[in-house]
Amino acid sequence: MNDRLLSSTVDEAVSSRLSGLLTEDTRPGYSGYLVAPENLLEAVQILRDELGFDYLSSVTGVDYLEEDRLETVYHFYRSTGGSGLVLKSSCSRENGRIPSLTPIYPGAEFQEREAWDLLGIRFEGHPDLRRILMWEGFDGHPLRKDWREPYFEEEAKPFKSRWPDGKAVRSEEKTPFGDNVCFPPDFDPQTWQAEPETVIERLQQDEKPLADEEIQTDRIVVNLGPQHPSTHGVFRMTVMLDGETIVSLKPVMGYLHRNHEKIAERNTFLQNMPFTDRLDYLASMSNNFGYAIAVEKLMGVTPPERAEYIRVIMAELTRISSHIMTTGFLLNDLGAFFTPALYALEERELILDIFEMVSGSRMMCNYFRFGGVVRDIPEDVLGRIRQLVTDRLPRKIDELDSYLTNNEIVKTRCQGVGVLTDVQAIAYSAAGPILRASGVPYDVRRADPYSIYDRFDFDVAVQTHGDVYDRYLVRLQEMRESLKILRQALRDIPGGPVLAGKPQYQVRVPAGEAYGRVEGPKGELGFYVVSNGKPNPYRYHVRAPSFINLTSLETMCMHQKVADAVVVLGSVDIILGEVDR
Amino acid sequence: MSGKGIVHGLGVTLRHLLRTYWDDLKKGRRRYFNPEGIAYRQSPEVDGIFTVQYPEEKLPVPEEFRYLPFLVYDPGPAGEKVLRCTSCGICAKVCPPQCIWITRTTDPETGKPVPTPAEFAIDIDICMNCGLCAEYCPFDAIKMDHDYEIAGYDRMTTNIYTIEQLARSADYYRKIRPNAFASEEKDRLEREAAKAARAGTG
Amino acid sequence: MNPSPESIQNQDYQIPVELRQQVTITTLDRIYNWGRRNSMWPMMFGLACCAIEMICTAASRYDFSRFGMEVMRASPRQADVMIVSGTVTKKMVPQIVRLYNQMGEPKYVIAMGACASGGGPFKEGYNVVSGIDKFVPVDVYIPGCPPTPQALLNGLITLQKKVDHETIKSARWYRSDPVPEIPVPILGPDLIDVRRIEAIRQTIQTLADEAGNRPQEGEA
Repeated sequence: MNDRLLSSTVDEAVSSRLSGLLTEDTRPGYSGYLVAPENLLEAVQILRDELGFDYLSSVTGVDYLEEDRLETVYHFYRSTGGSGLVLKSSCSRENGRIPSLTPIYPGAEFQEREAWDLLGIRFEGHPDLRRILMWEGFDGHPLRKDWREPYFEEEAKPFKSRWPDGKAVRSEEKTPFGDNVCFPPDFDPQTWQAEPETVIERLQQDEKPLADEEIQTDRIVVNLGPQHPSTHGVFRMTVMLDGETIVSLKPVMGYLHRNHEKIAERNTFLQNMPFTDRLDYLASMSNNFGYAIAVEKLMGVTPPERAEYIRVIMAELTRISSHIMTTGFLLNDLGAFFTPALYALEERELILDIFEMVSGSRMMCNYFRFGGVVRDIPEDVLGRIRQLVTDRLPRKIDELDSYLTNNEIVKTRCQGVGVLTDVQAIAYSAAGPILRASGVPYDVRRADPYSIYDRFDFDVAVQTHGDVYDRYLVRLQEMRESLKILRQALRDIPGGPVLAGKPQYQVRVPAGEAYGRVEGPKGELGFYVVSNGKPNPYRYHVRAPSFINLTSLETMCMHQKVADAVVVLGSVDIILGEVDR
Repeated sequence: MSGKGIVHGLGVTLRHLLRTYWDDLKKGRRRYFNPEGIAYRQSPEVDGIFTVQYPEEKLPVPEEFRYLPFLVYDPGPAGEKVLRCTSCGICAKVCPPQCIWITRTTDPETGKPVPTPAEFAIDIDICMNCGLCAEYCPFDAIKMDHDYEIAGYDRMTTNIYTIEQLARSADYYRKIRPNAFASEEKDRLEREAAKAARAGTG
Repeated sequence: MNPSPESIQNQDYQIPVELRQQVTITTLDRIYNWGRRNSMWPMMFGLACCAIEMICTAASRYDFSRFGMEVMRASPRQADVMIVSGTVTKKMVPQIVRLYNQMGEPKYVIAMGACASGGGPFKEGYNVVSGIDKFVPVDVYIPGCPPTPQALLNGLITLQKKVDHETIKSARWYRSDPVPEIPVPILGPDLIDVRRIEAIRQTIQTLADEAGNRPQEGEA
């Protein structure tokens, strides 16, 4: 890799090296580069190998119905830090094809499947282009702008039937089928045959047999989930076993796909805020943070100082509560049934009390607004946070450390299990503790600082083995670093207003696109928002860290024992609300 | 040494267990069934039992706590309920899942709108308790309730709340949210004083 | 005065004051229901956000073992009550119905939160079932998004009250005829409720006729 290229700015490097392949995106409010589908692979190869953009953060698509094209949007970053690069490539809505990036960036696999499922973008060269969130045989691609759900009322909220002549009526009564379903006109339930599930064939195709097979055994396929005590929600893994060893694994998801993005594109910008709470429901403040940052980028507002500090305090408390719960439940998955989880939940309850006092709800905080937060933190609540941060939480984290870190059972079950190397972690676009446990010190708070994180003194937690144990250690250290940030924030928090401008329910968002990302407890949480100047976002996409972290699940579990798959999944820390959205 | 970590871990759990009883012995009945006891048990310094003995004792909810929305009414001169709502429709417009339906009253003679709702309905099977309606209501007419004990055996007949189920008195509002009520009253009196002063000078 | 057998059967029958310390009288129903209401084992089954509040209810602060409910069973065969805690999606509902069918009688269903009751904030979504009661009978609905742990406890107490008012005589699980299973819905182009196949076919037919008529009218 060329030093001169790395040190020069992104734009210079790109224009000097890729001038023939890329054109600048000059639409007002947009940034990045456009690339023709036939040049995409060549450009991306150069980006990765010569310019150092080795981390493909997000792949998504936008349906520009009026221009009759589907646009795929890629966000690239360098795993060494710094700002990113946006690439876009268009194809026609009918039978449009885009070359798949999965051979170059394996982390694109699930994201491309999602774009195919929801938008109908066909990725050529994708190894396994099946639906991922909906089921095979579902009619249509729901995120297309001309696709309408059964309960469709109007293109955008607020609906006119609510006021001034609103008559309460349940949506069921307004649909022909009397329920949230619609069927194509040529559908005949009597003659129709269900499409068989293809996941078992995929398992057989992708099987990686053990090198030293001593006994010839039959393969067995085991389904874990969607109702399974250790899958952390409605998640399903189908595994193929050779004896007790996993030789092939396919995650099946979508059991909690509740159409966050489709609903969000009908909502106004503000109405999306409470919906983001329900993404990663263990870390609603972080979700609020990411979405607020994305929309603030579009609006061009900056929150006042006090609001920034309050945001950081809330985000770090969220990180602690999420990590402590994950650690407790990891032990659950190891078989230490509920005792560590109960201890962890006790601390989480105390943090939730603070959220309840500040925002009004334990879990669904809905606390951030564009340009600040809803209301100020009263002094007595700040006092309580101080008490927690200086006394209780450090004590309890030390206790957790003392009874888990050196426990022999934890060590035997976790060390060397579910290993992901640093190269693999970057290639699979893993984020958060997974990435950092593999030896890549990449934390958005440091790599591309947002809000006021550049003011705080903290270390990026990093470990080198990339196994379950190191992920646990990274989470433990991150909790301590969060406490460090909290202590500094509580010391420095200034007085003043907590919201820029007046509270308004209909914000003006100029046309354009923005990608806001924060380091959530699960990893890089990104919000890609496209506005066309109307009160509703034209496109709204969530780069969900736990969804993308699952891309590497097969690699992590390969040739491990089936009992360890549960532990590996516990260490990935998935939240189904975010995986399936 | 092998086994040391496990023994230490068991020691921690044993300490937790003993502390539970130690705290009970030390504080005795003072820990239970009184507000101070509950407050102590939920504070960061507590060591022993953390449990709230619901339903005999209830965890007090903070003032900002939100559950379902309700409509505030003031007592009228003849003891009737005067809703603060002017049916401006902001809550229905801001509601994220669109679970609020408002019918505006129109004057039967002139056909012009009258600032009071004829019908007001909230489908609580859709409401997401986000509090945006209360936050953006310019008349302090819709607020978030603290009552969470509303489980029932049926939803089709009961769970679309109309004005009868939604209306709560201003007194009730003052009781559950004293600070918010006080500051809103202060603002209102100031506004009225300013209006009177303007009228006086005009 | 001797109480008539009917009045003892009445759930609200009170023991006369002078007899309170000497005898214990109860009805079979009462002791039967007392036993059942204090050992309601929930199924360890979480769907979405509400499941986290359910876990918190099981944890030390709210601790539903005080009601004999701490034995969360991962197997439907061993569970008495299914707490549907979260958004029911079309992709998930076949599994939920199957789990319900596998539960042994007596079985109860609690719809926890707005989503499970009626679809909740995600009701308009294309992959969301508007209420689990479209498929399985629900005993208690708990509104809220999400219901706080105390609200869930209130719902569980409401269920206990329901159990208190049941009687052996009319219990459906002691009848000789088998309790019919609920047919598992199928995932086709959209969710197909097997019980309504004929209605669906007719509606498609009607819609097709309407669509067929409209352009003809236009031409005419």
